[in-house]
Amino acid sequence: MNKNKVSTKPSRSIGELLRDNSVPLMFILICAVCIPLSGFSPSYLLDEIITRMGRNVFLILSLLIPIMAGMGLNFGMTLGAMAGEIGLILASDWQIVGIPGMVLAMIISIPISMFLGFVCGTILNMAKGREMVTSYIISYFINGIYQLVVLYLMGSIIPIIHNSIKLPRGYGIRNTVSLLEMRQKLDNLIPLTIGGVKIPVATFIVIGLLCVFIIWFSKTKLGQDMRAVGQDMQVAKDAGINVEKTRIISIIISTVLAGFGMVIYLQNMGNLATYSAHSQIGMFCIAALLVGGASVDKASIGNVFLGVILFHLMFIVAPTAGAKITGDSMIGEYFRVFVSYAVITVALVMYETKKRKAKSRAGEQLAADQAAEEELSEEQ
Amino acid sequence: MGNEQVPLLEVRNIKKDFFGNQVLSDINFTLKEGEVLGFCGENGAGKSTLMKILFGMDVIRETGGYEGDILINGEKMNFSTPFDAIHAGIGMVHQEFSLIPGFTATENILLNREPRKGNIVAEIFGDRLTTLNYKEMKEKADAAIKKMGVEISADMVINQMPVGHKQFTEIARELSKDELKLLILDEPTAVLTEKEAEALLDSIRGMSRRGIAVIFITHRLHEILSVCDKVVVMRDGLVVKDIPAKDTSVPEITRWMVGRNVDNEAAKEEPVKKKGEAKVIMSIQKLWVDMPGETVRNVSLDVEEGEILGIGGLAGQGKLGIPNGIMGLYEAGGKVIFDGKEIPLNNPRKCLDASLAFVSEDRRGVGLLLDESLEWNVAFPAMQIQNKFLKKYLGGLVQWRDEQAIRQVTEKYIDELQIKCMGSKQSAKELSGGNQQKVCLAKAFALEPKFLFVSEPTRGIDVGAKALVLNALKKFNRESGVTVVMISSELEELRQTCDRIAIVSGGRIAGILPAAQPSEEFGLLMVSQVR
Repeated sequence: MNKNKVSTKPSRSIGELLRDNSVPLMFILICAVCIPLSGFSPSYLLDEIITRMGRNVFLILSLLIPIMAGMGLNFGMTLGAMAGEIGLILASDWQIVGIPGMVLAMIISIPISMFLGFVCGTILNMAKGREMVTSYIISYFINGIYQLVVLYLMGSIIPIIHNSIKLPRGYGIRNTVSLLEMRQKLDNLIPLTIGGVKIPVATFIVIGLLCVFIIWFSKTKLGQDMRAVGQDMQVAKDAGINVEKTRIISIIISTVLAGFGMVIYLQNMGNLATYSAHSQIGMFCIAALLVGGASVDKASIGNVFLGVILFHLMFIVAPTAGAKITGDSMIGEYFRVFVSYAVITVALVMYETKKRKAKSRAGEQLAADQAAEEELSEEQ
Repeated sequence: MGNEQVPLLEVRNIKKDFFGNQVLSDINFTLKEGEVLGFCGENGAGKSTLMKILFGMDVIRETGGYEGDILINGEKMNFSTPFDAIHAGIGMVHQEFSLIPGFTATENILLNREPRKGNIVAEIFGDRLTTLNYKEMKEKADAAIKKMGVEISADMVINQMPVGHKQFTEIARELSKDELKLLILDEPTAVLTEKEAEALLDSIRGMSRRGIAVIFITHRLHEILSVCDKVVVMRDGLVVKDIPAKDTSVPEITRWMVGRNVDNEAAKEEPVKKKGEAKVIMSIQKLWVDMPGETVRNVSLDVEEGEILGIGGLAGQGKLGIPNGIMGLYEAGGKVIFDGKEIPLNNPRKCLDASLAFVSEDRRGVGLLLDESLEWNVAFPAMQIQNKFLKKYLGGLVQWRDEQAIRQVTEKYIDELQIKCMGSKQSAKELSGGNQQKVCLAKAFALEPKFLFVSEPTRGIDVGAKALVLNALKKFNRESGVTVVMISSELEELRQTCDRIAIVSGGRIAGILPAAQPSEEFGLLMVSQVR
């Protein structure tokens, strides 16, 4: 969808191709080594991957629109995740279960997401060029407010009826909220099993609809404006595009989608870890997207799917493979966190080097021109 | 041209000052439908400011507006934003490209004016969710390109285009606006090859036939003569000549441009040494510098010991790139030999260690520590690079600043350069531009260099400060025997100060002349290789 291909000359060397896709290639290598070591059967792996795709893809897709608008990786998607959680807490307190409960949770999350997205977008407009680190810190800031609301206001000011989700002291929400009545209701809505592999058809339909939406969106006037703003804010402004507003809208859309994504994610898990479910979600989603070959300024739907497959394949096989090698099963969990951070770091560094490379290419061109000119004058 | 009485554009008594600094006074000219007006003048003559006024740019309003009237079809206009100007039928192609790099020519031509298709979602959520009508976009872009008369591919992405095509994309964008009546082209041919420039001139003739008036700003004077109906020459904020193009010639325009009192005070005293006797202290060989907007190509230049060498030329031709490249501030290649030793490029520290110093044209960004005191500003580089102004204790293990020595040297320069300040402890940002420039010089002098680059030393400072700065430079050169290379856009200033002047044009050295040569000679060199 986002066609900001930076200088894709037709005669691209294999070396360049390898360098551009080094992160996905690295993961393919890791997986290729770990899969035989772990000894899992192909059908088990396939089943796991399909489950995790259903769980995560929607969340990761929510990152695409801010990238299109040139705002980088939106660590602020955590805000939407929190809104989704608040929706789920309320829906389960009102004992609305199954699909209606999910839909209600999503509806509740929309105004909260929109408000938080607006706040986040406004702040990011004040920190142009440093969106990523700013949105990362905002997610911590809003997490504090989320905790205030959930730990103190729910049950005291915001009415919570059922004791099962309240802390024993009478206000605040328990560490874990059971979503048993909602568990995999969407995944199992249209049951389909092929060769022992369960396929969450309805979830995939929802994801498919979102993909269609994103493709359609990039063809709208707003999408076109976002791409223009993403590439050069000044030029876009000179052409009469409202840059600030466009950027805020992109963050709002991302936040709302992240809220929906979180509801889908949690219905698959079947319970809600009230205070920690959202804390790592941004990190893992961004890592998965980068593993799929995306960069800070360029990401596609293909990157999302490839990223989910590779990243989660590694998660599934690494613990067992690690345990087989070292005899310690903790190594896998450790590996998971370590790798996520490493991937983000590597991708950010590579993005910067690539930018610098493009710059020094202009110099090389000058030197080459000069050499050619000299040859010409020597011939004469 | 039926309506002789009411010209398309009339500019009446335009005056503009930037904080008391008069840049335009009493500008008058008219332009009829379909007429092509050539605009020329040296840098700083006021062309850009005038165009900014015509186009309603924000910077004009922010600096206190302008005096005088602009009339379009006899109606008085008051543009508060460029959009008003566009609405009134004025289009402008700026010197810097204003294009989205990852978009195709079509997308850029119709940026924010895309034809669209409605849908249900847009009915509910508003206009911005209508989808783009790619077919109609293509048609409109093709029509605009056809109107221009130059073949460019509408589907090509901007960052894969040669520079000339980017320029044509910008022109096509203006032509695609239906209301366009007057097109301002600000040095459009500067980035074009000869052939492309020829195509552009043809295209301008085509527009003129279609009734679009064109204001054409360029330093390539022969282009003006070949395409324009009328030439307006500006100098020092005044229109010095307004004449039909057929009645004039390139040397004549050049003389008007650099004019002033032609045989004036130029090189006064004899150079210290006769040419050929002095040894070459710096030899620049095949230098290229990638400085945005000031690209240097294949420059070879010898600087003799003890001289003041001027480097002049029009803006954007690469004169600023030379010192910035040698001092390692922008990426450069080639060879620089100083005092018998080769100086590695792209390494500022090595240059400073070799006893070179540089007073940058960007005094607020590169030249000064704005928040620090004058003492710090003057002494900092000397302290960092040469370990001056330091007291050593414990056999050099601990080094303390020698505050007293720092104050002394700062006060010495405050005195010598007549820096107007409240004392050596005042912070640099509180000083006026001219005095900041003097601090930059003091800083370089405190390094006691063998060789000094001074870039645009008088930019943005008043006449009195100008004379002082130039005299200080001359004195520094004559008394301490320091070789000075001075880069300036103002030819007269170079002629007053320097022994020899090299003119840079199109990134290359177009020629080196003694300062006593008449201004026209320099003027011709300036425009010789503009590209």
